[in-house]
Amino acid sequence: MTKKSTLSPETAGYRKTVPAGDYWMHVVKAGQVFRIVDLEGNQAADTLFYSAADPAERYSAVDTIREQRNVYLGVGTRLMSTAGNPMLEIVADTVGRHDTLGGACSTESNTVRYALEKKCMHACRDSYLLAVAEHEEFGLTKRDITHNINFFMNVPVTPEGGLTFADGVSGPGQYVEMRACMDVIVLISNCPQLNNPCNAYDPTPIEVVVWDAAA
Amino acid sequence: MATVRSDLLYQDEIDGGKHWSFTLRRGTVLRLIDREGGANVGMLFYNPANLLERYNAPDTLKCQHTFKLTAGHCLYSDMGRVFCSIVEDTAGWHDTVCGNSTKSMVAERWGRRSYQEYRNGWTQNGHDSFLVEGAKYGLGRRDLAANVNWFSKVRTERDGTLVFDPESTRAGARVDLRFDMDTLVLFHTCPHPMNPAAEYPRKPVAYELYRGDPAAADDPCRTGRPENGRGFANNHLYHLCG
Repeated sequence: MTKKSTLSPETAGYRKTVPAGDYWMHVVKAGQVFRIVDLEGNQAADTLFYSAADPAERYSAVDTIREQRNVYLGVGTRLMSTAGNPMLEIVADTVGRHDTLGGACSTESNTVRYALEKKCMHACRDSYLLAVAEHEEFGLTKRDITHNINFFMNVPVTPEGGLTFADGVSGPGQYVEMRACMDVIVLISNCPQLNNPCNAYDPTPIEVVVWDAAA
Repeated sequence: MATVRSDLLYQDEIDGGKHWSFTLRRGTVLRLIDREGGANVGMLFYNPANLLERYNAPDTLKCQHTFKLTAGHCLYSDMGRVFCSIVEDTAGWHDTVCGNSTKSMVAERWGRRSYQEYRNGWTQNGHDSFLVEGAKYGLGRRDLAANVNWFSKVRTERDGTLVFDPESTRAGARVDLRFDMDTLVLFHTCPHPMNPAAEYPRKPVAYELYRGDPAAADDPCRTGRPENGRGFANNHLYHLCG
């Protein structure tokens, strides 16, 4: 299911383009609306959320999957925390399906998935590790880099228990938008993966947009 | 599949709704047995020499293009290495995407049982069980990753809807895990978080430890997928450096 937003980027309080291979770390306040735009199409935005009040409480893929009884994320999905609290709710989405099974690429998982000599290619978990190192104010370390969301990725599961990485269902200008239920630290790795045909081996920028809570 | 076990080293049984932990040496085989059918074993893995290296469910699933765990699959750390491999499995489908039961979930579904009234028959939950076992090794809330739920089958409909199969394992079902590196294992026998049983399902689980052979060059877990061959190559480098 897709649903367009009524919000215009011209009224947003914050807009930023995040280049391919870069990270974005920012606090989104309760009530604010947060949009990720897939500027050129079929990019993966690998995203983690933490409670700003208590970063030990964070996005939980397994709690989200189980509580909504579905493996795919879309409009109406509440992104659940490890403490069982809704952190954000997806309120608009022009793509229709997002993945939270596949996790973020790492240099180590690249050696397994593609070839041993891929070990020094930049990967999402490198971006995450650099982000937490450069933002010591949040007190996060490698132990906090957990099972994330891949916005714009399509990872179909079969009834027989198979899992595939399908071509993206996103396209240029498509977006996903969510409202924060609590103050959250957002950590996005704009995926630098050069080995995946899903993005035609071409990582591209995303835009992040934040609107203040409706008055 | 070739026999990988010899010499029974230890056996024990743990009642439903309990938790325990141990560090298994590389080469050990852990056999889990669902005594009565319908058991669930929640499990997490860590590298005892570097607790920051831990089980990674997404890497495990995506590199083997699978949503379920069964014989032939390897269980990966976030460092691209194989903690253990499933060398035998008579259950056929184990879950690693539905997480844990929690205190509030157990109280809501099966009522709140006080320790004073029920003694050790109180109803524990998977999340708190992992916190207790993890704390023994310095692990806390920030260290709990997505876990395995042995003996629990959760499949999906075409639209992604989850379906828990209450009949997924029968009495006597077993799964054998060969540990391919030294591994800290935290586990509990609390109910799967989607178990719809009317009564708190208190299912005993037996476990046995065997001396095992390391994965041979033609081991089905190593050769089943080119990815797993590379996972074992990463283990080889790790043990060379150790």
